Amino acid sequence: MNSRKVFLRALAHARAGDKNNTSNIAVFAYDPAHYPVLEAQLTPQAVAAHMAGLVQGGVKRYAVPQLHALNFVMEQALEGGVNGSLNLDGHGKSWSSFLLGMEIDLPEDAPPPPKG
Amino acid sequence: MRIGSGAGFGADRLEPALRLIEQGRLDWIGFECLAERTLAQAQTARAADPTKGYNRYLEARLRACLPAMAKNGTRLITNMGAANPAAAARAAATLSGAGGPAIAYVEGDDVRHLIAADTRLADTGGTVADVGKPVISANAYLGIEQILPAIDSGAAIVITGRVADPSLFLAPLAHKFGWALDDWARLGGGTLVGHLLECAAQVTGGYFADPGYKDVPGVEDVGFPLAEVDADATAIITKLDSDGGLVDARTVKEQVLYEVHDPARYLTPDVTADFSGVALREDGRNRIGLSGASGKARPDTLKVTVAFDGGLIAEAGISYAGPGAADRGRLAADILRHRLRDIPELRIDMIGVAALHASAESVRRNAPSGSADVRVHVTARTEDRDIADRVLWEVEALYTCGPAGGGGVRGEVRRSFTTHDAYIPRDAISIRTEVIRP
Repeated sequence: MNSRKVFLRALAHARAGDKNNTSNIAVFAYDPAHYPVLEAQLTPQAVAAHMAGLVQGGVKRYAVPQLHALNFVMEQALEGGVNGSLNLDGHGKSWSSFLLGMEIDLPEDAPPPPKG
Repeated sequence: MRIGSGAGFGADRLEPALRLIEQGRLDWIGFECLAERTLAQAQTARAADPTKGYNRYLEARLRACLPAMAKNGTRLITNMGAANPAAAARAAATLSGAGGPAIAYVEGDDVRHLIAADTRLADTGGTVADVGKPVISANAYLGIEQILPAIDSGAAIVITGRVADPSLFLAPLAHKFGWALDDWARLGGGTLVGHLLECAAQVTGGYFADPGYKDVPGVEDVGFPLAEVDADATAIITKLDSDGGLVDARTVKEQVLYEVHDPARYLTPDVTADFSGVALREDGRNRIGLSGASGKARPDTLKVTVAFDGGLIAEAGISYAGPGAADRGRLAADILRHRLRDIPELRIDMIGVAALHASAESVRRNAPSGSADVRVHVTARTEDRDIADRVLWEVEALYTCGPAGGGGVRGEVRRSFTTHDAYIPRDAISIRTEVIRP
């Protein structure tokens, strides 16, 4: 199957949240038809690779199919968390956008990207 | 029942809350104003002055909201008590004056006396002693069981300290509908409502706008949400039509999973909520119906946030502009790394070149070689005031001893905290509810 590369941003929106030193990023397909593409490619390993150098601990994934959502929970992620980090963004609030910079192989028979 | 959200954090805007009380036909409004960070700050404020330690905007918020609350019969619940609910209630009573509404407050979340050197910390795996820093505060997340007596008192204003954020909204719902403390399905549904309301504008288009991708009409005057809740804990999330912002499936979905780890096990003091089966339904413009949330038995223990002295943080910056700005910024950073090499907890960012994610490999690979201007931003943590001062001194010295054209030095030294989680048995806490009738 041929495919082309698109940024995750064209297919999905995302929100980051923090609890102490753990960050979660929930990713939502705009078009439900793209959910299987995201499910196949946004593996915990792929997300961990994209976040390499930022996340020190493990990455876990929870799927919520009826919301077309994948929730990534990343341990030891925020350099100590909002009260401990020397990073400007100790909450990791900018991380949702950072993850949307991942490249996705969009199969040619998939619907076109809804955005961008 | 109609319940609104008046604040999603300690410094949130006031006007959207006031508009909701004036126009939202609310039974209740909840102001969620406390986070890990603000609570530690409040504890420090209380230690310095025993009449302080509550939210600094409490008086301003009440002054603005009390007339409309009285007119419309809206009751208010808030964790603006922070580290000092009693002082907050007294301040509220002073403000509302003789004949003002009854004010109830809840004390008992302060569990500093239960934290010992061998107390285990859930997130580190070690003990309090292993952290090696003084404990500043320890506060348990209370739930509706501890809040309900204050609501039952009939007080128009209920003030708490640390409670779980969704519990602020769940408590009035459980009171109104008479939900039992072990009605896990409804408590799970009500917790979803509270979870969606607790961050205020985050479900009405705040923390959401991304031009061209997720446009938000009238975001400059974004409104706060309200929920229309039924006795079975299903609900509609909506907002005032006249306010800016939007409520749609995307804004609600994002907030359903905000700060959630396992969606099937969202732990609060009230319930192990299960959001994994949540279903959304469009119910007209800016109206999203919620169903499918459930729950299982609540945890046996209460989560405690333990705050430790985090030492001093010194933070300073200097800017470079024009051709070669990034190279001069990097030279300044190299100079600082050399001059401050004895400080182990030192971080230098290049704002404008690789400001937030410089430790990420993809950013290092693609780091632009140039930038119109760059700010070299230094942050250090130390126990030693002299070392903290030296960080600021070294940055300022770059004016004449560093690269060409450096300008705009600013810096400050402040105290900091670190926080960790512990768990205590429920029966270890003792709660006190007082009612002030001015």
